[in-house]
Amino acid sequence: MTGPGAQPILRMVDIHRTHGRGEAAVHALRGVSLHVLPGELVAVMGPSGSGKSTLLTIAGGLDTATSGEAFVEGVPLGSLSGRDLARVRRRSVGYVFQDLNLIPALTAAENVALPRELDGASARQARREAIDALAELDLGDLADRFPDDMSGGQQQRAAIARALIGPRRLVLADEPTGALDSETGEAVLRLLRARCDAGAAGVLVTHEARHAAWADRVVFLRDGLIVDDTGGQAEAESLLEGMR
Amino acid sequence: MSVRHGLLALLAEQPRYGYQLRAEFESRTGATWPLNVGQVYTTLARLERDGLVTPQGGDGEGHAYYAITDVGRAEVARWFAEPVARSAPPPRDELAIKLALAITAPGVDVLRITQAQRTHTLRALQDYTRLKARATDRDVAWLLVLDSLIFQAEAEIRWLDHCESRLARAGAAVHEAVSSQPERHAIAQQARGAGS
Repeated sequence: MTGPGAQPILRMVDIHRTHGRGEAAVHALRGVSLHVLPGELVAVMGPSGSGKSTLLTIAGGLDTATSGEAFVEGVPLGSLSGRDLARVRRRSVGYVFQDLNLIPALTAAENVALPRELDGASARQARREAIDALAELDLGDLADRFPDDMSGGQQQRAAIARALIGPRRLVLADEPTGALDSETGEAVLRLLRARCDAGAAGVLVTHEARHAAWADRVVFLRDGLIVDDTGGQAEAESLLEGMR
Repeated sequence: MSVRHGLLALLAEQPRYGYQLRAEFESRTGATWPLNVGQVYTTLARLERDGLVTPQGGDGEGHAYYAITDVGRAEVARWFAEPVARSAPPPRDELAIKLALAITAPGVDVLRITQAQRTHTLRALQDYTRLKARATDRDVAWLLVLDSLIFQAEAEIRWLDHCESRLARAGAAVHEAVSSQPERHAIAQQARGAGS
């Protein structure tokens, strides 16, 4: 869990992101600052077009801020070369997207092992880690299945295993429950929660309040700005005091 | 909330005394709706008056047991079989009333109201979700009650989202509606005048 004085794993400072220029400029983010500590899961909510997904892609180094700086484990992403940035993305950041992006020609284990192999781990080492990661998500028996032979929920869990494999400490999820039914979607959220409880920092973009509620803190974006925040857990514990 | 039918359903299982009924009611519904024991005895007295339960006397330890009657059993069966009625008119919903008034009142920032409510309700939703994360699969009844609270809170937030997008789309139309209010007031006053 978060300790006092813990360094944030993700630190975004006054991030602006503008697409286009002049009259046609679109201001996707207009000065967003966000810290996510180890052990903390932060949900980002807001209407479509509010900048949620832009925030996530900048946090993960998939997009670059027009101004401001994003730090992952203290490393400023904006100043990195393409090659160094790619390494931070592989080693420190795990992504779970709505479209799972599992590669259909690879088995579950091969899909999960891929980022480790890209990162220079031996094939055998990567496979061992992949099997462990799958087992953690109750998919140990399906390691050698192809995505097409798995249910939507199983595919989603495999995608999460891939996002979490290795020593990544920042997990970024964009509508990770996609079109899953409510029970399976909940299982995905429990998992994300468990990974954060185990020390990762998580950012979850969702339009579903029921999913955002698994987070320690929910921030609300509107027109590229954070307009509100539920605050930390300590403030929210009061409502059902006395109930179990 | 029907304490009456809740207690009757518990008595349909076996005879029980007041404190037992209260404890059983609370544990079976996750202690979400606490009962005081006075309420239990008042309800038992009414059930007895209506012939739905009958006192069975004490057990020697000062506990006054009640048992269900055949009429009571039939009433429990009817309660389980029938849908819970939706009241008409619907119960007063302070939030709906507040928003309805806010969009027509001059100088009120509706977005601020919806956002403040959204944050407040999300905190509650986080709270319920934490309780749910701690519950085990064996707590089925408690989980059902929690899920009910969760879905209700979620519905309120979805409705707030919907209100905002509706207002954004109809921004101009709202202004028009506000400016035509005097006419509607006049009509309402006429109607009231005719009624009195």
